[in-house]
Amino acid sequence: MIVRQRSGTRLRFSFDGKDYTGVAGDTLASALLANGVHLMGRSFKYHRPRGVLGAGAEEPNALVDVAGPDGRSTPNLRATTVELYDGLRATSQNRYPSLRFDLGAVNGLLSPLLGAGFYYKTFMHPRAAWATLYEPLIRRAAGLGEAPRRPDPDHYAQRYAHCETLVVGAGPAGLLAALTAAQSGERVMVVDEQAVLGGSLLAERRATIAGQPAADWLAATLATLAAMPNVQLLPRTTAFGYYQQNLLGLVERVTDHLAAPDPALPRERLWQVRARDVVLATGAIERPLVFAGNDRPGVMLASAARTYCNRYGVAVGRRVVVFTADDSAYAAALDLQAAGVAVVAIVDLRPDPSGPGVVAARAAGLTVMPGTAVIATTGHWRVTGARLSSNTTLACDALLMGGGWTPSVHLFSQSRGTLRFDAARQIYLPGTPAQRQSSVGGANGVFDLASILAPLAVAGDIPAQGGFLGLVPGSRATGFVDYQNDVKAADILQATQEGFRSIEHVKRYTTTGMATDQGKTSNMNALAIAAAALDLPLPEVGLTSFRTPYTPVTFGSIAGAARGALFDPVRKTPIHPWAEAQGAAFEDVGQWKRAWYFQHIGESMHEAVKRECLTVRRAVGLFDASTLGKIEVVGPDAAEFLNRLYTNSWSKLAVGRCRYGLMLTEAGFVLDDGVVGRLAADRFHVTTTSGGAGRVLAHMEDYLQTEFTDLQVWLTSTTEQWAVIAVQGPRARDLLAPLVEGIDLAAMPHMSVREGRIAGVPTRLFQVSFTGELGYEVNVPAGHALAVWEALWAAGAPYDACAYGTEAMHVLRAEKGYIVVGQETDGTVTPEDLGLGWAVGKAKADFVGKRSLAMMDLQATDRPQLVGLLPAHLPQEGAQIVDRADPPIGSAALGHVTSAYDSATLGRPMALALLAGGRRRMGQTVHITTATGTMPATIVAPVFYDQEGARLDA
Amino acid sequence: MRHSIFNLVRQAFAGNQGWPRQWRSPAPKRAYDMIVVGAGGHGLATAYYLAAEHGLRNIAVLEKGWLGGGNTGRNTTIIRSNYLWEESQKLYEHAVQLWEDLSQTLNYNVMYSPRGVMMLAHTQHDVQSFQRHIHANRLGGIDNEWLTAEQAQAFCPILNIDPSLRYPVIGAALQRRGGTARHDAVAWGYARAADALGVDIIENCTVTGIDRDASGAVSGVQTSRGAIRAARVGVVAAGHSSVLMGMAGVRMPLESYPLQALVSEPVKPVMPCVVMSNTVHAYMSQSDKGELVIGAGTDAYTSYSQTGGLHIAMHTLDAICELFPVVRRMRMLRNWGGIVDVTPDRSPIIGKTPVPGLFVNCGWGTGGFKATPGSGHVFAHTLATGEPHPINAPFSLDRFRTGRLIDEAAAAAVAH
Repeated sequence: MIVRQRSGTRLRFSFDGKDYTGVAGDTLASALLANGVHLMGRSFKYHRPRGVLGAGAEEPNALVDVAGPDGRSTPNLRATTVELYDGLRATSQNRYPSLRFDLGAVNGLLSPLLGAGFYYKTFMHPRAAWATLYEPLIRRAAGLGEAPRRPDPDHYAQRYAHCETLVVGAGPAGLLAALTAAQSGERVMVVDEQAVLGGSLLAERRATIAGQPAADWLAATLATLAAMPNVQLLPRTTAFGYYQQNLLGLVERVTDHLAAPDPALPRERLWQVRARDVVLATGAIERPLVFAGNDRPGVMLASAARTYCNRYGVAVGRRVVVFTADDSAYAAALDLQAAGVAVVAIVDLRPDPSGPGVVAARAAGLTVMPGTAVIATTGHWRVTGARLSSNTTLACDALLMGGGWTPSVHLFSQSRGTLRFDAARQIYLPGTPAQRQSSVGGANGVFDLASILAPLAVAGDIPAQGGFLGLVPGSRATGFVDYQNDVKAADILQATQEGFRSIEHVKRYTTTGMATDQGKTSNMNALAIAAAALDLPLPEVGLTSFRTPYTPVTFGSIAGAARGALFDPVRKTPIHPWAEAQGAAFEDVGQWKRAWYFQHIGESMHEAVKRECLTVRRAVGLFDASTLGKIEVVGPDAAEFLNRLYTNSWSKLAVGRCRYGLMLTEAGFVLDDGVVGRLAADRFHVTTTSGGAGRVLAHMEDYLQTEFTDLQVWLTSTTEQWAVIAVQGPRARDLLAPLVEGIDLAAMPHMSVREGRIAGVPTRLFQVSFTGELGYEVNVPAGHALAVWEALWAAGAPYDACAYGTEAMHVLRAEKGYIVVGQETDGTVTPEDLGLGWAVGKAKADFVGKRSLAMMDLQATDRPQLVGLLPAHLPQEGAQIVDRADPPIGSAALGHVTSAYDSATLGRPMALALLAGGRRRMGQTVHITTATGTMPATIVAPVFYDQEGARLDA
Repeated sequence: MRHSIFNLVRQAFAGNQGWPRQWRSPAPKRAYDMIVVGAGGHGLATAYYLAAEHGLRNIAVLEKGWLGGGNTGRNTTIIRSNYLWEESQKLYEHAVQLWEDLSQTLNYNVMYSPRGVMMLAHTQHDVQSFQRHIHANRLGGIDNEWLTAEQAQAFCPILNIDPSLRYPVIGAALQRRGGTARHDAVAWGYARAADALGVDIIENCTVTGIDRDASGAVSGVQTSRGAIRAARVGVVAAGHSSVLMGMAGVRMPLESYPLQALVSEPVKPVMPCVVMSNTVHAYMSQSDKGELVIGAGTDAYTSYSQTGGLHIAMHTLDAICELFPVVRRMRMLRNWGGIVDVTPDRSPIIGKTPVPGLFVNCGWGTGGFKATPGSGHVFAHTLATGEPHPINAPFSLDRFRTGRLIDEAAAAAVAH
């Protein structure tokens, strides 16, 4: 008979296809136990049958997969934290074909062969067999659950919050801290990983607080807090990470406990909370005792059995033996006895236990066996007996372990606080905090309710006192330390024997503490066993680091809404809708979508680009250059600032004129380029490459704020404010003229800038060319850009104007040998390499990169230099250039093709390349690598079209 | 005792109680012929090759913590050699060739698994850059091939190649010989093999000073366990190299940043290879244990804190969930950081320093693990002979004076 003392709404659920019923408020674990199901999982390595060890987040054994509609499945969930809902379907993991009949259990028979680190010692021959035979077998055997097979249909939310006091953990210590802070008027947030707040008080039936039962005090306190407008209570919320400046990461589970959640709700919500003060009331976790057979289903923590009994009304057995070294397990024994369970005996490792629990147990007629140990168990699917050091065996169907308590210092340690070791109690406690933070209650090693809740009067509490670490005396070393990863005491002993002396080494070699529970129940026992084996005091073995997260956090929560179109902002120019309506294809350039080519019906991409190029050369084309980076550089020292940032000299640039500027890295390599126009003595309109805008502004600000603090200059990004329409081609001036007011176009020279109006809108009009044709770049306020574009488009109709995209732009500029930063340059290219030595102000005292340009290698004459190539066919961009048609493996490359196009203007393929000593090799033949061999190409100057530049100012 | 199935069975019958120590825990001697500072993978490999190939046995490796506890034990274990520049290709390919039989060489299963490293192209610029690598690699005799998006998905079935992705996958470069290895085993395997040849590996021994004689040459080191004399000292201290070199008055062109990684809970095999994407900043593989191993980016600021910001991990998981939508319900189990030392050209420094007798091997940035055997091998040559091996000669400290940089970040430059 199973004792079930709680009533409530009945909920149907299934486990491994079998139907059961539970009660509202159950976890999957409590509901299974109520149905007499103890076997809930198989261990990682030996596939041993396992039941629940705990009742909360520390659970290492009972991992299940929970399936939902629409392909939802979540592996590796702890049955102890899965809230039951009507229709829940769970399955066990890591077994084949079934939980009861698992072929993997054969590993248990081979366990002597599979000790610590066995895989480092074999599987080495023959060499190829690791990747083809052994590793695939190991991979199939490893893993726990199955990854979901279908994309996750749920969505996730993220929030930011601030408060004065963030309390982590809503047990007695946390609630009192929250109450105190809230009563002083502070904004308080209280988070707790459980569905209901109360922590240990939820399972407390003995103690009274301020004269009332603990449960009543809890209800009243929660009601008080809930009624305060400055308090936010967040159940089902785990504080998983403690970052710098009191930033905590929380994850709130919003719908996983609901049978039919509102689809509008996020599944989980990730909170990032910045708190002035943090109170860590994270409690403590009970430890198992390490003895042979301590992993059989039915062997569990005493506190877990007490929780199942008091909170869920489930008795974990009919005849239980309690094995303890700690007083708190006596409370479990007494509570189970009160619930009608036969407590066979309390086996206490301590020779002379004498706390209030012992007194109460003896008074209640319980058998206490001091100075005795459980050294082995019997049973297979469920424990059937506990063998004692006194050589008797006690028949039982549950064995409760009370190994003492480990304060949950995970978050404290993540906050970079230093831990201190309490040698008397053999526990690590919070020491010196590194942030504004305090630890209270169990997390701080305070286990008695009276101290935690002082000055409230507390009676009837049986606090934790005592504990034992390491291998139980008299037991074989086959007892498990890390249940989930199947690490036995013997494995830790073997690791120390093999010379692994640091606990980090022991952990990594044996895998203890590396399971999904992150060693919550195992780390201290592992430390103690290693310390004993090495004959060192425990702290000298070290302590493994506490890494985020406290419990596993869903990837989807961390990613939040950053998916699909919101993965990264999409930047579109004001003219984008027009291009889209014209059927343009777009390419991603940084975050921008740029019109790539405008395909007419029946055209291939190649034909479209060819048409666009020829139209620009013959008549005129419009190009949306709005993505160009723009920076307004203003101030009395603006010219001097540019002098220091660019290779060129700016002091003598007349107002109304422009100059092509080159910017270098400190190492002397080209970082960015662009045309800069001088609008006034103290005002420059700087343009950058589209992809480089942010980088260039950061580079400028970096120097302005850290190196050139003597200069009075202000920088403003105007990329989004100015839209740019390039009008390029021999008819460009004709097209613009009727629309321009206040600017004498005919009097504008190449490389000049004027302010006036166009189509009724203010403009900064540049006469510049990136095509080699007569060209203008019309800058207009972004809000007017589409209207201006449409006006220009209409004005272009008589000239048969086209819109052209980035591909044609690339071809046109390549025909003129104009470089594109990031294509002709790659961070290793100097101005001289590109034939742009003329842009370097030789007389200037200094500019960023100048010193590096003087370095030996940057002065070498065999550096790769920009040349043109006339190849036999169109090569791939990135193809290597070699001396021989049939280069042997290991041949040195002479350079590479940076750009290659099928030029409509030239009627043949052409390429730009960086070629070692290329300028001395004009007319020579080189070979370009192809997918299958090479092709020949002739070296020519990098300007293929209008070498005199006659068309620029036609 | 050799590691073998025979000894594994024999020990199983003996209760696994006969396994000897994998390495000793010796007290430092007063003097050694050579000292390697830093018992990470590179330092231990250096010591091993000094002993195994150059016959030097009177060597110590000094480690301030526990061996393999720095970046060796914190990285995402990716191995590949499809680098752009000839100098890098030779260095990393040298390493890959040593990886191929490292388990047999060391008699320690380091689980080198050539499962393929696939790098995703999302933009036209990526395509150009990868084609350049592929052409350069083919010329250098290094495997690297172009895959279409469909071929990439066939190689990694959970990869999302939906054209509606914010940055759709438009192709990939695949190095089939690339893969992963078990990082801890590399450190332990080298430690055990070096120890067996007589090398003293001294843990919990912090170097606090570098001693120099009247001529300015190195004469030894000061440590938390006393002074130790040696005429040659090799510093292999990753993120803390600049601190150590500063003790000898050498200012290094290094910046140190936190770099993060994370793993999921273990699951049955779902990810057959390594996938990397520079454009969306994510890479992922699956360990033999079943955890998805995910690399994140560096923090924007220099720091020695081994925890990076949460926002960095968030950014990476954004990308992972987009590229691999089936893993979105999976959960992050552990997240950690390491300190990476980055040079101006993002290539390592391996060689001599201005101080006679003092050598340095550092600056591996975010990609040092893959080079471990090659790095140790050529650095051992450098220490033993006093001159660089032809493979590491280009990676001199001097290159920052001459300007002969080896900039691998170069081809990733984005603009236009």
